[in-house]
Amino acid sequence: MAMTMHVDIVSAEAEIFSGPATMLFAPAVMGEVGIMPRHAPLLTKIKPGEVRVLTPEGAEEFFYVSGGMLEVQPHVVTVLADTAARAKDLDEAAAQEAMQRAEQALADKHGEMDLAEAEAQLAEAVAQLRAIQNLRKKSGR
Amino acid sequence: MAVGKEIRGKIKSVKNTQKITRAMEMVAASKMRKAQERMQATRPYAEKMRNVIGHLAYAHPEYKHPYLKERDAKRVGFIIISTDRGLCGGLNTNLFKAAVRALRESRDGGLEIEVATIGNKAEQFFKRIKANLVGHIGHLGDAPKITDLIGTVKIMLDAYNEGRIDRLYLVHNDFVSTMTQAPRTLQLLPIQPVEDESLKHHWDYLYEPEAKDVLDELLMRYVESLVYQGVVENLACEQAARMVAMKAASDNAGDIIDDLQLIYNKARQAAITQEISEIVSGAAAV
Repeated sequence: MAMTMHVDIVSAEAEIFSGPATMLFAPAVMGEVGIMPRHAPLLTKIKPGEVRVLTPEGAEEFFYVSGGMLEVQPHVVTVLADTAARAKDLDEAAAQEAMQRAEQALADKHGEMDLAEAEAQLAEAVAQLRAIQNLRKKSGR
Repeated sequence: MAVGKEIRGKIKSVKNTQKITRAMEMVAASKMRKAQERMQATRPYAEKMRNVIGHLAYAHPEYKHPYLKERDAKRVGFIIISTDRGLCGGLNTNLFKAAVRALRESRDGGLEIEVATIGNKAEQFFKRIKANLVGHIGHLGDAPKITDLIGTVKIMLDAYNEGRIDRLYLVHNDFVSTMTQAPRTLQLLPIQPVEDESLKHHWDYLYEPEAKDVLDELLMRYVESLVYQGVVENLACEQAARMVAMKAASDNAGDIIDDLQLIYNKARQAAITQEISEIVSGAAAV
């Protein structure tokens, strides 16, 4: 049997995932990282995006996180997510809407929202969309 | 027979009040269960964070983040969490008493005070006593989001970063049990170190990007999560206190109804007796 590590994905509001995994992918600020068991201790920020967990059964689980921290120890990986909801719970329409709003705000620089905020919103909306599309592809819809 | 019409009206009105308090009691009971679940759900996050921070403190004895450094207190900040609504017994009153005591101690020690409030009752109270209110958030509802709190917490964190305050306290209600809620004052900043023997081994994280950036984010989130925990816990307290207060109100209404019923029955009986004696004496006179 493949070596496993324990993965916890928690947000301030709830525990989202807890269980063994053979590998985990997360969108770290310096680029996507893939973590396997016995990885060196690592502490990094993560960007809005999807966290993928490969379970020992060979299944792949997706979680959308809108930022947070990733803590890695040889056999324990913890994702401290800002707000992480199950990817399937996401509403694609809402994400698209948010993206439109952000793009609109980007185009209209005199708007109330400042540029940095708009860019952050856009990045988040794009990441959310990608998570949903991946999920769709996987479930063959 | 129009005996005791007022008493009957009174009984009816008390009964209506009792219906309302009983309904509120049941609503509070079900909300309390949910609030307690939410309270449980927030624990893993804070626990994990405390572990990571503990690791960091030991792995990096030479680097002291400002949040971990004790400094002489000249000004202190308080974040006070109350409920949004009343009718929850002495919950807020007890909390404010504890808060005022803490404020007075600080003031007597020659410290200046800044207050941020979460919950409408705290805002009203601290406005009335003319505290130095710097931030407020209210109307959080039954399922508060951490995003709602970030603004208020940030005001205080910024104040700490800029040196406007040297210490930050959180005052909220501690959920001891359904029957007991106790006000608690917790020191948020500087963060109290976690004493844990198991952490005293030598290794360090790889940091991406920089240790300092990562620590900044982590400690900020830690404080936010503590405040969020306080809010969620206070919510559970609110519902528990309301449930108990409304149960007492329903019981009192029952007692009043019993008393009034007795008075009503006596009055009715007296009227009947009087009528009979009138008839009897009338018949005797004929």
